[in-house]
Amino acid sequence: MVNTKVKLCGITLTNPIIAASGTFGYGVEFANLYDINCLGSFSFKGTTKEKRDGNPASRIAEGKNGILNSVGLQNPGIDRVIKQVIPVMKKIFHKPIMANVSGFSVEEYVECVKKLNRCPEIGWIEINVSCPNVHGGGMAFGTDPNMIAKVTRAVKKVSKKPIIIKLSPNVTDIVKMAKACEKAGADAISLINTIVGMRIDLKKRAPVLKNKFGGYSGDAIFPIALRMVYQVAHAVKIPVIGMGGISTAEDVIEMMLAGATAVEIGSANLVDPYVCPKIIKDLPKVMKQYKINSLDKIIGGCQ
Amino acid sequence: MHSMKEVVFKIKENKLIAKDVYRLVLLGDSKDITRPGTFVSLKIDNYYLRRPISVCDVNNNQLTLIYKVMGKGTNALTKMKQKINVLTNLGNGYDLKEAGKVNLLVGGGVGVPPLYYLAKALLKKKKKVIVVLGFNKKEEIFYVNEFKRLGVKVYVTTVDGSVGLKGFVTDAIKQIKFDQLFTCGPMPMLKAIHALKIKHAQYSLEERMGCGFGVCLGCTIQTKLGPSRVCTDGPVYKEEEIIW
Ligand SMILES: Cc1cc2nc3c(=O)[nH]c(=O)nc-3n(C[C@H](O)[C@H](O)[C@H](O)COP(=O)(O)OP(=O)(O)OC[C@H]3O[C@@H](n4cnc5c(N)ncnc54)[C@H](O)[C@@H]3O)c2cc1C
Ligand SMILES: Cc1cc2nc3c(=O)[nH]c(=O)nc-3n(C[C@H](O)[C@H](O)[C@H](O)COP(=O)(O)O)c2cc1C
Ligand code: FES
Repeated sequence: MVNTKVKLCGITLTNPIIAASGTFGYGVEFANLYDINCLGSFSFKGTTKEKRDGNPASRIAEGKNGILNSVGLQNPGIDRVIKQVIPVMKKIFHKPIMANVSGFSVEEYVECVKKLNRCPEIGWIEINVSCPNVHGGGMAFGTDPNMIAKVTRAVKKVSKKPIIIKLSPNVTDIVKMAKACEKAGADAISLINTIVGMRIDLKKRAPVLKNKFGGYSGDAIFPIALRMVYQVAHAVKIPVIGMGGISTAEDVIEMMLAGATAVEIGSANLVDPYVCPKIIKDLPKVMKQYKINSLDKIIGGCQ
Repeated sequence: MHSMKEVVFKIKENKLIAKDVYRLVLLGDSKDITRPGTFVSLKIDNYYLRRPISVCDVNNNQLTLIYKVMGKGTNALTKMKQKINVLTNLGNGYDLKEAGKVNLLVGGGVGVPPLYYLAKALLKKKKKVIVVLGFNKKEEIFYVNEFKRLGVKVYVTTVDGSVGLKGFVTDAIKQIKFDQLFTCGPMPMLKAIHALKIKHAQYSLEERMGCGFGVCLGCTIQTKLGPSRVCTDGPVYKEEEIIW
C-alpha cells in the first residue's frame, strides 16, 4: 500500500489533488458525474465582495494545447455564495473546501475573509491576487511586492483559516513575490494563475476575445508552471501548491518533485471531466513505477 | 437534471454532403439523448478544446451530426475515421411544451441540423410542422429531401436565387401562418427574424465554449433573466429572454 496523504497547513488531504478555481464551478456539475469526495479538495470559483457579471462574450479562445479565458470573475458575490452555495457544496463534499477570493481593494479582501471565518466547511482561503482579467484591481496586487504584502498582512490579521496567496506568473521575478507573501505571514503559496495572452481572428482581423487579452492555461503552460514552482519552493519555507497544465499522475509527481506539497488541476477538467478521478486512480500505480512509497516524502525531491 | 455522458463512438460515416458540409454518423451509447436542440462536444485529435455540435438525429445507438468546416478543428474532424470521444446530452433543447398547432422551423446554413430531430419529435407528438431552410447558394444546400421524406412542407430560400425562393428566410416566413417558431442559424438571421416581431419564438444561440457543461463560465451571455450560460441554461432561448 502506497501513501498518498499530504498535509496542507495542518489539514490532512487523502491525496494532493485539488480541483482549481474557475474550472470546477461549485462542484455541482462534477458531483453528477462522479463522487467528488475522491478529491483531496477543490477550490471554488473566484468570489468577490459584490456580484460580478464578468466580461462580455466572447470569453474563450484556443491555443495550441491550451485555452485562453477572459471570464472576468463572474460570481454571485460573497453573501450569496455563503448563504446559497456553501449549503449545496456541503451536501456533495464532506471534506474541507478551499475558498477562492478576489478583490479590487484591500478592504474587499478583508471583508470576504471575515465572512468566510464563520463557515466551518471552509478549510483554507486562497487569495487570488493574480487574475489578469480585471483592469486596475487584481493585476496590480499580484505584480507589486508591496501591494501583495499589504493584502497578505491585512487578510492574515483577520483570518481564522490558513491563508494561501495565489500568485500571478505575469511578473519578472516570481521569487520576489513569494518572499513578500511569506514575510507578510502567508500560510502557503499557490501558483501559477493564467499567463496573459491573446488570439486574433484572421477573417475578422480582430481579437478573438472581446476583452482582447485573456489568461492562457492548460497543458501548454506546464513547463513554465513547473519552473516557477521550483524557484518559489526553493526560496520559501511555507508550503507551495503547484498548478498549471497538470493532466496526469506523472505531472503530479513531477510538480511535487519540484517542491509542491499539493497540486491543483484546472483546465484539464474542462476538456476531460473525469481527469481528476483518473489521476487519483493512476497515482498509486505510477508511484510504484517510480518506487515511491509515500508521496509526502518526494516533495522537493528533485536533486 | 439531465446529466452528460462521455462516450467513445465508432465512426460509421464522415462524408461530404454539400460544399464544406459533412455528415458524421456515430455508433455508440446514445440512449440518453432524447431532447431536440441539445448538443454534444467532440474531442478532435490534436485540438485542446472540444467542438460543440448540435444533435441532428438519434436513432437507437446511432447519432447523426452535421458540421461545416469553419476552421482548423472542423477541418481536422473531416480526417477522423475510426473513433471519437464525445460528451453527450449537453444543454437544454427546444421547449416542446410550447409547441402550437402549426410549428414553423427555420434553419440557416449549419443551423439546419438540429431542426431535423426537432421536426421528428414534433411529428411524433402529432403536431403540424412547416420548414424553411435558408442557404446562400445551390452548392450549400443539404437535407431538403430528408425533411421532405418526413412528409412536411419545405420552403427553400437562397440568397442568389439558384434554388427556391430568392432572398432570405424572412421572405418565406412572412408568407406563412403559424403558432410557434423554432430557429437556429447565424446571428444576422436570428436578428432578422426577431425584427418580424413574432411573439412565440425559440432561438438557438452559439457562443465559444470552454467546457460545454456549465463549470467555466466561458459561454456566459447577458439575458433579460441575468447572466446565462449558453451551454447549460441555453443554447435555446425564448424571444422575450434575449437582449437583442
Ligand atoms: C450549441 C452549439 C451547437 C452547434 N452546432 C453546430 C452544428 O450542428 N453544425 C455546425 O457545423 N456547427 C455547429 N456549431 C458551431 C461549431 O461549434 C463551430 O463552427 C466550430 O466549433 C468551429 O471549430 P473550428 O475548429 O473549425 O474553428 P476555429 O475557429 O479554429 O475554432 C477555434 C475555437 O473557437 C470555437 N468556435 C469557433 N466558431 C464557433 C462558433 N460558431 N460557435 C462556438 N464556438 C466556435 C471553436 O469551438 C474552438 O474552440 C455549434 C455551436 C454551438 C455553440
Ligand atoms: C475558465 C477559467 C477560469 C478561471 N477562474 C479563476 C478564478 O476565478 N480564480 C482563480 O484564482 N483562478 C482562476 N483560474 C485559473 C486556474 O485556477 C489555474 O490557476 C490556471 O488555469 C492554471 O492551471 P491549469 O493550467 O491547470 O488550468 C481560471 C482558469 C480558467 C481556465
Ligand atoms: S462553456 Fe463552460 S460554462 Fe458554458
